[in-house]
Amino acid sequence: MKTVYSPLLLIAGAAAFLLPEALWAAGGSAEMLVVVADSRQVSSGVNRYLLDLYNTNPMGFGILCVITTAILGCGLGLITDFIMKQTGIDLKSRKIVEH
Amino acid sequence: MDWMYMWMPIAGVNIFWPGLVLIGFSVGVIGGFFGMGGAWMVTPGLNILGFPMAFAIGTDIAHIAGKSMISTIRHSKFGNVDYKLGVIMIIGTVFGIEIGAQLVMWLESIGKVGPVVRWVYVFVLLLIATMVFVDYWKAVRKKKAGIVGEHGAEGITWYKTLHRIKIPPVMHFKVSGITCSAWLPIMVSFLTGILAGFLGIGGGLLRMPALVYLIGCPTHIAVGTDLFEVMISGLYGTFTFGAKGRIEIWAVFVMLCGAAIGAQIGTVATKYAKGYGIRVAFGLAVLACMVSIILKQFKFDISATVLILSAVGLICLYICVIMFKGAAEELREKRMEKSAA
Repeated sequence: MKTVYSPLLLIAGAAAFLLPEALWAAGGSAEMLVVVADSRQVSSGVNRYLLDLYNTNPMGFGILCVITTAILGCGLGLITDFIMKQTGIDLKSRKIVEH
Repeated sequence: MDWMYMWMPIAGVNIFWPGLVLIGFSVGVIGGFFGMGGAWMVTPGLNILGFPMAFAIGTDIAHIAGKSMISTIRHSKFGNVDYKLGVIMIIGTVFGIEIGAQLVMWLESIGKVGPVVRWVYVFVLLLIATMVFVDYWKAVRKKKAGIVGEHGAEGITWYKTLHRIKIPPVMHFKVSGITCSAWLPIMVSFLTGILAGFLGIGGGLLRMPALVYLIGCPTHIAVGTDLFEVMISGLYGTFTFGAKGRIEIWAVFVMLCGAAIGAQIGTVATKYAKGYGIRVAFGLAVLACMVSIILKQFKFDISATVLILSAVGLICLYICVIMFKGAAEELREKRMEKSAA
């Protein structure tokens, strides 16, 4: 079993290193257009924080987008899942019938 | 009616937020049912709402990542996600996308990227749609002839031939119920990855039929496993587009609120749909996508957008009907069982 998984683990490890560059390249030729958000109309609160982060720390903004999207996706998934359960439908099993 | 408009601080535009919820809902329903991201449906909708193009694609990808997460959670509870297969396929997808992207760069350097990519896209979609309908026609004939397998009648069974190629390591995928060489999913995901990278799409549209016809996953498991892959690539896309400043994060939040409900409906609807019901509806969606690209190629942009949005509306309605009819029937049966006991 060990010999079966070893090459796969090796490929998975290599993929983990190559993944960022490969996906970055897949994003197409990078547009060098710089977009700056207008923070003059926003004085305080979450909006101001987001705008400042967006304008000053693009990498930080990217990480924040991933974290908030993942948290919101998971959170909303669990909430709607709970609501769906209340309907009384069996949500744990299904039959696979093709035709 | 000012309350119906929301200020997007990053993009600097006022957006009709119920429209965002509606787009999120529709794509949630369709994506959960077919197992794909659905970027081709969202971008025209965001454009109509007045989103600058620079933000439409990034916002769309972030929303797809969150929506796929919701659908994957639900599909996982149904047992529709083959994680082992999904993880193995990521390897091929990554290398494939890189080669596809390099091909596009080469075409760009000789100045032929636009028309070539579009026509290849049309050809691939035509191929998928034809395959789906021929498969359906064959399955109907087999059913009439009484040739029925474990999960019912099947039309195209190319995967059976591919499973006979036993290049080590041979692996068993318990959830999908298949045993094949690990190279089969790696090669299939590699080829679909090349096409996805070349066409500049997420790849769900290509991977779902590939999982069914080439790897031999039952349709429901193909849908769940594909969503798992869309979720991973979507999260990475969120990071790259976020770092490039192309995401309007508030719009993502609003769209996810609609998508959360839609994804549940779309995913639960797969419980009440037969595999071929999903495949045929998928084929129709692919056809709509193909015609819209042809229209765009000939500069009929408005007609292309109208076609896409009408197709999204109709397919969404069809899936909702499946879900509500199925759920009502199940609850009725449960009540009858209870009263009989």
